[in-house]
Amino acid sequence: MNAELLQWIQFSVSAIFLVGGVFFVIAGAVGVLRLPDFYTRMHAAGMTDTLGAEMILLGLIVQAGLSQTSLKLTLIAFLLFLTSPTATHAVVGAAHHAKLKPKLGKYRAPVPGEVPPVKIAPKPKLKAKPKARTKKKAK
Amino acid sequence: METSLYYLNVGSAMFLLIGMALLLGRLLSGPTLYDRVLAVNSFGTKTVLFLAVFSLIIGRQDGIDIAILYALMNFIATIAVLKFFRYSSLDISMERGSGSEEKAP
Amino acid sequence: MIRSALVLLVILIAYWLMLSGYLHNPVLLILGAISIFIVLGLSVRMKIIDAETAPYINVMALGYFVWLFVEIIKANMAVVKAVLSPNMEISPKTTKVPMKQSTDLGRVTFANSITLTPGTIAVEIGDDKILVHALLSEMTAASGFAEMGKRAGKAVGDPMLDNLEQDKAPKGKS
Repeated sequence: MNAELLQWIQFSVSAIFLVGGVFFVIAGAVGVLRLPDFYTRMHAAGMTDTLGAEMILLGLIVQAGLSQTSLKLTLIAFLLFLTSPTATHAVVGAAHHAKLKPKLGKYRAPVPGEVPPVKIAPKPKLKAKPKARTKKKAK
Repeated sequence: METSLYYLNVGSAMFLLIGMALLLGRLLSGPTLYDRVLAVNSFGTKTVLFLAVFSLIIGRQDGIDIAILYALMNFIATIAVLKFFRYSSLDISMERGSGSEEKAP
Repeated sequence: MIRSALVLLVILIAYWLMLSGYLHNPVLLILGAISIFIVLGLSVRMKIIDAETAPYINVMALGYFVWLFVEIIKANMAVVKAVLSPNMEISPKTTKVPMKQSTDLGRVTFANSITLTPGTIAVEIGDDKILVHALLSEMTAASGFAEMGKRAGKAVGDPMLDNLEQDKAPKGKS
């Protein structure tokens, strides 16, 4: 009786953590797809790395109980906690060093009817810029 | 009880796979190089989580060791790739005290 | 130096036991001890042991991590709301945040904390300033960064520049 109750508590706590973690992981992936430019996408990826990963690993630790498996899962959580901000900073730093400009100011997702002009407009600009530079250099 | 835990783990593994598939979209369509690096890095994090869940599904500890290795390799791979992009060489020492400002050619 | 080596020894022993799990096999335990001492000897000979290789974390740091985790949860909620709402109203912004830590460990802790909190990323680190990119402009409040910096410096036992400047005004930096 008592053991069964403990098992139910274990199951429900683990389920809460796993469902929450999976939600944050999926939200991070959706954000990486939806957000408009590179710097804002980094934020969504960071969300996956922090709360999503930690919650999933916590759920698994609850399942594993007191054992070597849970120690190893704790080690994974610790490693991700330390390395993911460093990797994020390295990616952003490299992009900043390569003079990738962030889009600043307010942004709203385009209404479906407006999608084509918004998407087509930046492309010729991007192609035109290098040409202009080469012309200046040639002169 | 065992079976409900099993189905819980299988379900979260499936959702992790869906998240990885979404990231593959960004990896294939990323307009800049850095978007792709970001997608690979995030994909690697999800792979670690998937391996951890998967090793509990099959009930063996070996998957967790692989997940630890994968977490470390993913980090080192990201740093190495970015260092290569930034300095266009891996043969530059990043010793302490040499400063973060690049003295590279 | 000796204290750092001892800390590294303890970390290595804990790490070996955690990964192998062999507690009752004397042969394997002896082999593990030999490999631990080989690693320790190599690191001493390579002179890579200092307070950064084997940082010891005091009790203050645990409180800091709890506080940081609460902040991470709060920021996650805001970012999820912004990302999943259908018209996705975001306002990216960059700001320069003053960094008052004087040691490398304190700076790393502060910058990593900024990056760990979703919605703010440390883009570039200068001598006394961090360039921060934020997803929502209301996340760039200076008071929040100041509090995080103060707590991060306290957690790793960092003499903050404010205190140093009070001691010796002409030499702010060394």
